[in-house]
Amino acid sequence: MTATVGPQVQAAARASDVWKVYGSGEAQVVALGGVTAEFERGRFTAIMGPSGSGKSTLMHCLAGLDSVTRGTVSIGDTMVTGLGDAGLTRLRRDKVGFIFQQFNLLPTLTAQENILLPMSIAGRKPDPAWYDTVIDTVGLRDRLRHRPAQLSGGQQQRVACARALVARPDVIFADEPTGNLDSRSGAEVLNFLRNSVREHGQTIVMVTHDPTAAAYADRVIFLADGQIVSELVEPTADTVLDTMKKLDAPAEVAH
Amino acid sequence: MFRATWKSLLARKVRLLLSGLAVVLGVMFVSGAFVLTDTLGRSFDAVFADGFSDIDVTVTAKPKVAVSEHEGEQVATPVPASLVEQVKQKVPAAADAKGVVNADGARLIGSNGKVVTSFGPPQLGENWLGESDLVQLREGTRAPRADDEIVVNAALAEAAKVKVGDRVGVLTLEPKKEFTLVGIFGYSGGRDSMGGVNEVAFTTPVAQRLMLGKPDTFSSITVTAADGVSPEKLRDDVARELGGSYEVKTGKQAAADQAASLKEGLSFFNKVLLGFAAVALLVGTFLILNTFSIIVAQRTRELALMRAIGASGRQIIGSVVLEAVVIGLIASVLGLAAGIGVGALLAYLFGKLAGGLTLAGLGVPPAAVIGAFAVGLVITVVAALLPALRASRIPPIAAMQDVATPDRPLTRVTVSGAIVTAIGAVLLFLGLDGHAGDNTLATILGGVLFAFIGVALLTPLISRPVVSLLGALFAWSVPGKLGRLNSGRNPRRTAITAAALMVGIALVTGVTVILDSAKGSISALAEDTIKAELVIAGAQSGPRPPSFDPTVLEKAAAIPGVQLVDGEYGDMATVNGTRTWVAASSNVAALERIFGGKATAGDISRLGPDQMLFSSDAAKSRKVSVGDRVTVQLSRGEARTYTVSGIYQSSQLTNPVVLPPQAARDFAIPQPIQGFVQLAPGARVADVQPQVETLLADSPEVSVADRDAFIKQQTSQLDTPLRMIQILLALAIVIAVLGIINTLALSVLERTRELGLLRAIGLRRAQTMRMITVEAVVISIFGALLGVVVGTGLGAAVVQALKDEGITDLVLPWGQMGVFLGLAAIIGVVAAVLPAVRAARINVLGAIAHD
Repeated sequence: MTATVGPQVQAAARASDVWKVYGSGEAQVVALGGVTAEFERGRFTAIMGPSGSGKSTLMHCLAGLDSVTRGTVSIGDTMVTGLGDAGLTRLRRDKVGFIFQQFNLLPTLTAQENILLPMSIAGRKPDPAWYDTVIDTVGLRDRLRHRPAQLSGGQQQRVACARALVARPDVIFADEPTGNLDSRSGAEVLNFLRNSVREHGQTIVMVTHDPTAAAYADRVIFLADGQIVSELVEPTADTVLDTMKKLDAPAEVAH
Repeated sequence: MFRATWKSLLARKVRLLLSGLAVVLGVMFVSGAFVLTDTLGRSFDAVFADGFSDIDVTVTAKPKVAVSEHEGEQVATPVPASLVEQVKQKVPAAADAKGVVNADGARLIGSNGKVVTSFGPPQLGENWLGESDLVQLREGTRAPRADDEIVVNAALAEAAKVKVGDRVGVLTLEPKKEFTLVGIFGYSGGRDSMGGVNEVAFTTPVAQRLMLGKPDTFSSITVTAADGVSPEKLRDDVARELGGSYEVKTGKQAAADQAASLKEGLSFFNKVLLGFAAVALLVGTFLILNTFSIIVAQRTRELALMRAIGASGRQIIGSVVLEAVVIGLIASVLGLAAGIGVGALLAYLFGKLAGGLTLAGLGVPPAAVIGAFAVGLVITVVAALLPALRASRIPPIAAMQDVATPDRPLTRVTVSGAIVTAIGAVLLFLGLDGHAGDNTLATILGGVLFAFIGVALLTPLISRPVVSLLGALFAWSVPGKLGRLNSGRNPRRTAITAAALMVGIALVTGVTVILDSAKGSISALAEDTIKAELVIAGAQSGPRPPSFDPTVLEKAAAIPGVQLVDGEYGDMATVNGTRTWVAASSNVAALERIFGGKATAGDISRLGPDQMLFSSDAAKSRKVSVGDRVTVQLSRGEARTYTVSGIYQSSQLTNPVVLPPQAARDFAIPQPIQGFVQLAPGARVADVQPQVETLLADSPEVSVADRDAFIKQQTSQLDTPLRMIQILLALAIVIAVLGIINTLALSVLERTRELGLLRAIGLRRAQTMRMITVEAVVISIFGALLGVVVGTGLGAAVVQALKDEGITDLVLPWGQMGVFLGLAAIIGVVAAVLPAVRAARINVLGAIAHD
């Protein structure tokens, strides 16, 4: 099915009939089978699904990290599909922010330098007011001169969030941002992501397999076998869990 | 365990190949040196064996003064011609005897008016003895019959571009004489020369006069055995007849003796090559040590897992050392093969340069094979020991955790570095200050080695501030800043990579400092002391210095405006039983008036035919004072006793002993080798110089130049060894470049995810490459800086030690140092190319999705 979305013009990222096929012949694996989805501006969308459902692949394709076999992807008004390396680099630099599960920071740089790195690479100066807001929101002001090795996992991930936010990209893609964190640090990071959407209108797309994490989102898209199979708006941990169970059920029956 | 080692080797073959390449190059040098000297040695053996093949026995007189191969050609004492008849009549075993004239110093003037020079082989002047199985006249030519006819060997004719019928000039003991070329000869097998020797053959009386300076004498006598008489029997018979004052040898013996003296020179050459091989291998050791360290660090988890499943620390060491053995073996085989190729190539080039030496078949002496494997294996295994030890200390728990290897403190390495550096400094001091006696060279080399290792150990500590400072040059851009941070990330790794480059650069800088200081000191002294406006001299290309017609001196003195002319002669002589360099001056007054000599005793302004002068140093060391009688044996003639009439203050430019001009007749080269012309006040160089030039028309070996040009030409003789050393040391620098490539490639691999992250957040490909390049450039400039500093230190230490030898000015080659630093930057850029391309090609998704 196709995910229904809000007003078309408001889309921050869009996937149209995206196919991603690995291998060929007998060994052919369809990771994405005709996914069409839109992600509205100023909303927090979670992509959920069991392992192998294609959720990470979808995010990689949306972010321009991976190419699509068929279909198109666009970010804002930029057509991602068909961009060369230089174009993709520019896209990542100017329009997209990333938060990964682990290994998010450069060990040689301080927290502050890590946060400002994308702007330095692009040769842009951060808006000082916005920078202060971000730093205060993530609560890292007293840790700015520390190197990643001197920070806890939660703090490191908050630095990564701040880095993604400070450049005010069109979309932030977060790949299991709490996967490596304990529940308290995880909750901190997720709160912080939700607040940046609610208070500052940031667009975030997050891939997760954790229903609790997904519940922080405004909307959840469910993927199974490379296709969008369900969607929840204003989810709670329970509704997400229920939907997940329903998705798993046919598979069990098929056994 | 063996299986696991083998698998891990295969998995990292490219990395190991790079570090193995360093060993290959070192081994190549070692085996190449042995192959070259062996091949050349056997070629010379063959040449001499061939040259003496039709001689049963040869008779010579003992030389008056023994001269080694490095000092020039030895002058054979002539034997009286009467000996030929004596042998023929009194020795029944002798079928025939011939007198042979054969002496170095027959210099043919080519069709271009220039003397045909030799880079080493003698230029023989001989009497024509007719054709034989070995010597054959070329078609259409004939033997010399008249006194103004000569024949030359084909190689010389070709080099001089002369043909039969030409009038050609020849310089001998006497100034230029003209002859008609009537014949060209070669050797059996169509050879144009024997081992590159140039030969001019005269009629016997002319050869005796021009080459020996005495009628009715020969250089040697060759005796042919009667039928059925063995050469040994003939030798004994001849020796019995002639008594003990002659050396009687069979042809075989004589060939072996002559070849042996040449091979002495070759063995020196061999040692020089091995010295450079040692430098290359030292640098290679650093490289291998580094590679293994990085590999062990990267394999921490894997090794810990092995420990966890029960491997002992010993087994881990064994596994790493086994890898080293395999690499060492492969590198030795490849290095040996390359060395054989290089040896063959060098032998070929040498043969060409020596004027067509017929090379014996290429030989691989056991020393080459043993040397290759010993060096290749030992170096690799020794270099791998430290990383192996570290690997064995990895705790099994490291397999379970993502251990960020904590920065080990640098205290231990710094303290040991300081100790090793201190040992090196002490050894250098002992060696340079002359406390080590016979072991001076070994002590100095040991000091240099310890100093290098010590500084390498200190480098991690130094690298932090210096690298950060150097990096600051590039920190204006984000990639530059990241590159700077990366280069300071692992001080040990950066340090050892830079240290490898340091060794080569330090040696080049040190040698340059020493030679530049020598040049500077000599020119400064020469400019201070030589008060002659014009100098007659030539550039020396072989063992024999150029010389000129002594009558030029008198004629020059007669030119209006010339105040004083002095011709300088030189010879290796025996003075009171010790070999020493002696000079004779055509005008002794020049010692004071041109060279600023000061008498410390007696009178040095004039010299009678039976008087001689000593320098103050020579007088002191020989305990000679004015009025003493001293016996001097020159290259020719009988020993003679002189009375010391004066002693002059020694300086760098003075000769130890000065003899009266009459003595020069008995010098090996009885012609002046330098002339000094002092002008009267008011006379102009431009007026006099062309007139002196005209006088030198028949002395094509020399020319007249003003004093500054002369000084420049004299000091520029040091440029050739400097260039040679620089080229050979460049190899060490090439190996260091391999080290930088290797380190960077391994670092890029290690930081795959980090690079992916950077690319994900918007670092462009070009920026990624720039980041890696900055890291490489910072490391290589750091290495070059270390090298320049250490090299200057070593050079300055040597210069300080040579103060008494007259190197008084320390000249620092700032320009050269700048060039080295610039070169290092280029090296960094070049070394970064492959790793940078690799880093830029990293698949962003693949890097991020790692694990």
